[in-house]
Amino acid sequence: MPYPININGTTHHVDVDADTPLLWVLRDVLGMTGTKFGCGMALCGACTVHLDGGAVRSCVMPVSAAVGKSITTIEAVSELPLGRALQHSWQELDVVQCGYCQSGQIMSAVALLARQPQPTDADIDAAMSGNVCRCGTYQRIRAAIHHAAAAVPGKNP
Amino acid sequence: MMTGRREFLQVGVAATGGLLLSWSIPIAMRPAGAAGGTGRIFAPDAFIRIDRQGLVTLVMPMVEMGQGTYTSLPMLLAEELEVPLEQVRLEHAPANDKLYANAILHVQSTGLSSSIRAFWTPMRQAGAVARTLLIAAAAKQWQIEPSRCSARGGRVFETGTQRSSGYGQLVETAATLPVPAADQVPLKNPGDFRLIGLPAHRLDTPEKINGTAKFGIDVQVPGMRVATLAQSPTFGGKVASVNESAALAVKGVRQVVRLDDVVAVVADHMAAAKKGLQAAAIQWDNGPNANVSNADVIRQLEAASKQPGVVARNEGDAQRALTGAHQRFDAIYHAPFLAHATMEPMNCTVHVRKDGCDIWVGTQAPTLTQDLVAKLTGFPRESVQIHNHLIGGGFGRRLEADGSVLATRIAQHVDGPVKVMWTREEDIQHDMYRPYYVDRLSAALDAEGNPVAWTHRVVGPSIVARYLPPLFTNGLDFDAIEGAAQPPYAFPNIHVDYVRVEPPGIPTAFWRGVGPTHNVFVVETFVDELAHAANRDPVEFRKPLLAHNPRALRVLSMAAEKSGWGKPLPKGQGRGISLQFAFGSYLAQVAEVEVASKGSLRVRRLVTTVDCGTVVNPNTVAAQMEGGSLFGLTAALYGSITLRGGRVEQSNFHDYRPLRINEAPVVETHIVPSAEAPGGIGEAGTAIVAPAVANAIFAASGRRIRTLPFGA
Repeated sequence: MPYPININGTTHHVDVDADTPLLWVLRDVLGMTGTKFGCGMALCGACTVHLDGGAVRSCVMPVSAAVGKSITTIEAVSELPLGRALQHSWQELDVVQCGYCQSGQIMSAVALLARQPQPTDADIDAAMSGNVCRCGTYQRIRAAIHHAAAAVPGKNP
Repeated sequence: MMTGRREFLQVGVAATGGLLLSWSIPIAMRPAGAAGGTGRIFAPDAFIRIDRQGLVTLVMPMVEMGQGTYTSLPMLLAEELEVPLEQVRLEHAPANDKLYANAILHVQSTGLSSSIRAFWTPMRQAGAVARTLLIAAAAKQWQIEPSRCSARGGRVFETGTQRSSGYGQLVETAATLPVPAADQVPLKNPGDFRLIGLPAHRLDTPEKINGTAKFGIDVQVPGMRVATLAQSPTFGGKVASVNESAALAVKGVRQVVRLDDVVAVVADHMAAAKKGLQAAAIQWDNGPNANVSNADVIRQLEAASKQPGVVARNEGDAQRALTGAHQRFDAIYHAPFLAHATMEPMNCTVHVRKDGCDIWVGTQAPTLTQDLVAKLTGFPRESVQIHNHLIGGGFGRRLEADGSVLATRIAQHVDGPVKVMWTREEDIQHDMYRPYYVDRLSAALDAEGNPVAWTHRVVGPSIVARYLPPLFTNGLDFDAIEGAAQPPYAFPNIHVDYVRVEPPGIPTAFWRGVGPTHNVFVVETFVDELAHAANRDPVEFRKPLLAHNPRALRVLSMAAEKSGWGKPLPKGQGRGISLQFAFGSYLAQVAEVEVASKGSLRVRRLVTTVDCGTVVNPNTVAAQMEGGSLFGLTAALYGSITLRGGRVEQSNFHDYRPLRINEAPVVETHIVPSAEAPGGIGEAGTAIVAPAVANAIFAASGRRIRTLPFGA
């Protein structure tokens, strides 16, 4: 029985096993390759997407658990004001190097700013330490999150 | 999925004579007339094409893997061609050593931090040739002397009048003119540079932050299946049994490919392929290396280190100076096997047809890949099409074509295209590893604390002998001894030799920072030991040894100054310094660390000074110092691949730990202004960091480190 899943506002019916990770539904079944495969064990964050606005690792999220939820991927992040602000800061500060982890970094950063509009360094460490970057762009990621937070002022809840 | 992007790719192929795929151009920038493909395209050489809309295409000989070459090489071209950087679009070059060989490595290869060094002149010449021809074309159209014309901003202007013409209007005429020899066209005076030397934003950011960038693993070809694989857990083992029917019973699994040493499951998607592979319950015959362990490798290297090797350098009489010296020091250093663990796991998409095959992959070595696949399949080289892609982390891993060869062996049994993806576990356990090195050093100080003798023996495998055999000369591996044979210091008596040992049971390859990653660690920590033994400040100890080496002395002094060297630190904190000359660049770095009473270590700050000669994009230099040092720091803190029962023990990021954001130090980069020839920077930052941090740990805690990683 196909599973109906809502991705970036569109419902797709995917005929896969219930335990199929959302990551492979996105990449191999639906051809949405912006979300990346890094480890398959929720150790690196390359596959981060939003489930009802919160950051989740799609490599360990069974498709059946995503039914009835709203999924947002990097392909639609620019539709979110925070997504646009972070993309702009990423560009201004030249964060990316190889770029492979950056979809996941941005998805985690959007979820952080949605929760804490003015994060401290410690908040950033806590929210972003699950996202590995082998190119070592961490310093610029930190600066870009602060840069975007300053551009989109808001109060921490 | 056929998207607008893919349609554009097809258009691009039609319009440019089938050269290759383009990757970067946003749809909005698509030239209006491109679809027709009838316009004459101006292509004076293998690098440049300009169409009738004035859009400049640079066919990139080097591949982007984070190091910024897709920004810096276009800067070189745009500088001489006199076009705005934004007007240059990029295409990955096809595999072709004749057109795209790197002058330093003599093949089409992105490695050894050589992009700028190899293309500094050719890329500028390419731009200057095109600019000269466009000016000549304008002069011809206007029937005036070319000397009355100048180029700027993608247009040619007539001096003293309002007349001007865009490049697009000149390409048809320019294409009819004889192309001058590249070394006969004048290059711009550095004083007139308007791009080179100024910070430029990366050109590849937009697509890397919106999900549209295409890495090798993102390839989608109509009719494509995906596959994942299991290789023998021991190197050289064979498949003993496979439960094929259990694998085929998994929903979405289409085929099981059983080869001598590998099993692949072909499926509709990766999750099904992985499940199928698990169901296949493969049994292995572990083969000849079933008992190899790290201890065996270390024993073999240590034994070899007691025998003299091939002499890399010999000045004065180091042995005699050691014998008669006031104080003598001896040390043995160990550097572990390391995996590359690129964020993008190994992958390759292959379509083997009757008459040839297509390879879609991100590779640092397209012609090597083409050669090896041609050899495997028996197809002529020109029937093996390499479609190169963005690389999600290279670090040397993608200089090797083993993955493409293996994927092709699998694809030979599959009807239609197949994307073969390594799991992270396969990627780490079947890497080709940075070799284990053992280094044996001795040095002596005279009564005043001056070094009078230095001997250094490097012991390990030779990657160069396998990978670049013409450059393995007289038994010497230039890479294995880089940073050892020519340390920055003047030692009155110096002897450096190299013992080649090839431990069985584990393949080795280049790893970011290559030879210097271990040699700079060894040299700089040993010099630090000597400084402390002489009761001298480590910076002041080094200075007199650099009197002949002003560039090294300058980066050292500047690092000390910028880092606040000598200023008091709280108890438990310390600073360490290191210095290196490698890849044509001079670096110094001061690390500031905190060692807690229970021994836990925090690296707080890294201050790097770099003299890499003429700088193309200072923004890239800083990014590479930041990233390179964090890559090296990860290895120094945690990196170690170990063998047990012939198997690699580590498998994923939990036991092959990467540095994370909460552990990342502040990295400050200071660039020394220089008009010297450009040096490499992609790997330099990786090599400098381990000794700076190790020396800081000594300063903070008194613990001297001679074995990597620090926790070992």
